[in-house]
Amino acid sequence: MQNELSGPRFEKQIERRDFLGLAAVWTFFGTIIAAIIGALKLPMPSVFPETDSRFPIGRPEEFPVGEAIHLSSRQLWVFSEENGIAAVSMVCTHLGCLVKRQDNDEFICPCHGAKFDSAGKVLSGPPPRGLAWLEITLGPDGRLIVDSEREVSAETRFKI
Amino acid sequence: MSYNATRQFFRNIRNLFRNFRESAIRHGRPTSDRARTQTVVQNFFLHIHPARTHTHTLKWSTTMGLGIMTTVLFLILAVTGILLMFYYKPSVETAYDSIKDIHYVVPTGRIIRNVHRLSAQGMVVLMILHMARVFYTGAYKSPREFNWVVGMLLLIITLGLSFTGYLLPWDQLAYWGVTIGSGIAGSPRDLTDALGITQYFDPGGLVREIMLGAHMVGQEALIRFYTLHVIVLPIALVVVLGVHFWRIRKDGGLARPVSADPPVFAEGVGPEDAPTKSFGLMAVVRERTPATDKEIENTVPSWPRVFRLEAILTMVALLIVVGLSLFIDAPLEEQAADPPVPLNPAKASWYFLALQELVSYSAFGGGMVIPGIIIVSLLLIPFLDREEDDVGIWFGGRQGRRITVLSVAYAVVVCVGVLAFTINFGWLRNWLPELTQKHVRATQIVIMLFNPGMVFVVASAIWSLGLLRLTNSTRMASVGLLTCALVFFIILTYFAAVHRGPNWVFYWSQADWPVIEH
Ligand code: HEM
Ligand code: FES
Repeated sequence: MQNELSGPRFEKQIERRDFLGLAAVWTFFGTIIAAIIGALKLPMPSVFPETDSRFPIGRPEEFPVGEAIHLSSRQLWVFSEENGIAAVSMVCTHLGCLVKRQDNDEFICPCHGAKFDSAGKVLSGPPPRGLAWLEITLGPDGRLIVDSEREVSAETRFKI
Repeated sequence: MSYNATRQFFRNIRNLFRNFRESAIRHGRPTSDRARTQTVVQNFFLHIHPARTHTHTLKWSTTMGLGIMTTVLFLILAVTGILLMFYYKPSVETAYDSIKDIHYVVPTGRIIRNVHRLSAQGMVVLMILHMARVFYTGAYKSPREFNWVVGMLLLIITLGLSFTGYLLPWDQLAYWGVTIGSGIAGSPRDLTDALGITQYFDPGGLVREIMLGAHMVGQEALIRFYTLHVIVLPIALVVVLGVHFWRIRKDGGLARPVSADPPVFAEGVGPEDAPTKSFGLMAVVRERTPATDKEIENTVPSWPRVFRLEAILTMVALLIVVGLSLFIDAPLEEQAADPPVPLNPAKASWYFLALQELVSYSAFGGGMVIPGIIIVSLLLIPFLDREEDDVGIWFGGRQGRRITVLSVAYAVVVCVGVLAFTINFGWLRNWLPELTQKHVRATQIVIMLFNPGMVFVVASAIWSLGLLRLTNSTRMASVGLLTCALVFFIILTYFAAVHRGPNWVFYWSQADWPVIEH
């Protein structure tokens, strides 16, 4: 036989109290968590300080066919060939050091010794993928424009 | 005689000093045990200590003073850091010059900067040694598991302080070191790229952007690192350190072997048999036996012995860092950060060199997966190894010493072997050049999981599990595991510091480095 204390009515009441108590506790933590998440939105930049990812590199005549030109301030090598012009980024795909072109046209990264072939394919070392080939367009003022955010597949050359 | 205010006034003047002292310090001279206890309990700065300390705690071989010395170095860092803040200007244009000013112009600036740099390095060394001593004396076991976890938090915060501080001089070394570091933070992209989901889910990029406030290391990164370095992390460290100390007291003082406390119960009435209920409040204490009788026998008043030891350790630490600072200059490259020209080789500060070596096999594998495995294993050690019989005994006795030596030998052989192999034969991309170039993504994932660093991890795990079977002891398994980890850390650090030259190529010594023109 059930007595007064273990009766269903009593248990229900405890449950309700528990529920309200828990709700209060969770409301508290929810509030704090929401506040923290709100505050942490601040460090997440929505506008980046870097200048426009598109920049002019010069008129097409400045890149005669058959030449490889290093634009060190843009961290680029520009290759001009019969079948078009290409811009390859020097930023190592491993951890962001700058690769150097060797005399045999290969690229070597000083930071962890990655080697890339003349087309930027990984030969050895840790980088996950080859060097980035970037999009080149012709600007309205007749200058070539490279977009460092727009990668194209390797060996893509632009006929301009 | 009636009250004469004028007289009283002059008497107050005469007794001014005594009254002031008595208002500040209420106990008498610490000549009796009672007064010594009061000295500790009533002083705000001392009362973090217990009034009485166990004699085992005071033995040199228990702690070697490592935790205290680490604390002292942190205090030195706080003081010298604030002094440096008077002159340091966290902006890309001025940071390098202000450090140069501190180094060459500000009176005593060079010493203060050197002390700050050396103490930072010393703090990392001593912290690691402290952790090793806690580990090898089995002091992480119940009820101290949680304090081990708190210690791990201290470890991470301390390394964070070093990393953020590294950028502040804004010289070439700083710039490239942090470029690589932030690359590691962004390395989950290796995985998401390989799976082709970076577009939708990019934790690597997100962390990197929050860390740098930009896509590249620049002004935004500098100010963020500065804020973390001078406010966020130090405050976090102080708070967590407070918890660390508080827990030591709540866990019943430092770990000590059972033999350090002579049995207080009559024969046949072991502590286990003692009724727990009748002890009242004592039952709340987590020790198995009520501490009342025992304590008097094996403890001494903390004043003056604990404070004398602490004073000695403080002086020794101060003397060493100041002494060394007179002769060893903190490095400053001749050039301010020059983004287009990477340093070659660009090495991180020495305690990150092992990481840099691992990263040179795979960014995500070496920079995230392996450190993650190490941190999780360290966190789990006190919860997976709960054998309590050798708490407070170095290496857990004779067997443990033998296992430690064997583990060192094993780890040295594996580590040197794998390194020699990699240097001579390269890795996957050198073995199967065509295949790996055809399947870029697959190669990426395979290297992430199968690289020399991973071989070390797996070798340690196998060794540890083997010990578990052979010795039938979780303690011995954990000794084997941590010993392997420490040996790998030391060898990789040495290897990267000495044998890695320009282009991260292996050289026997720096004398063999080729001359590099930039
Ligand atoms: C900022 C770095 C740290 C400081 C300043 C610090 C300070 C201290 C101090 C002063 C003690 C008293 C005993 C002694 O001197 O050894 C102690 C004990 C302890 N520490 Fe740390 N510690 C740090 C980091 C760590 C780390 C990284 C761990 C492990 C993951 C750790 C785990 C412990 C444990 C378990 C104890 C209790 C030891 C026992 O009961 O014998 N601490 N710490
Ligand atoms: S950053 Fe180029 S190999 Fe690591």
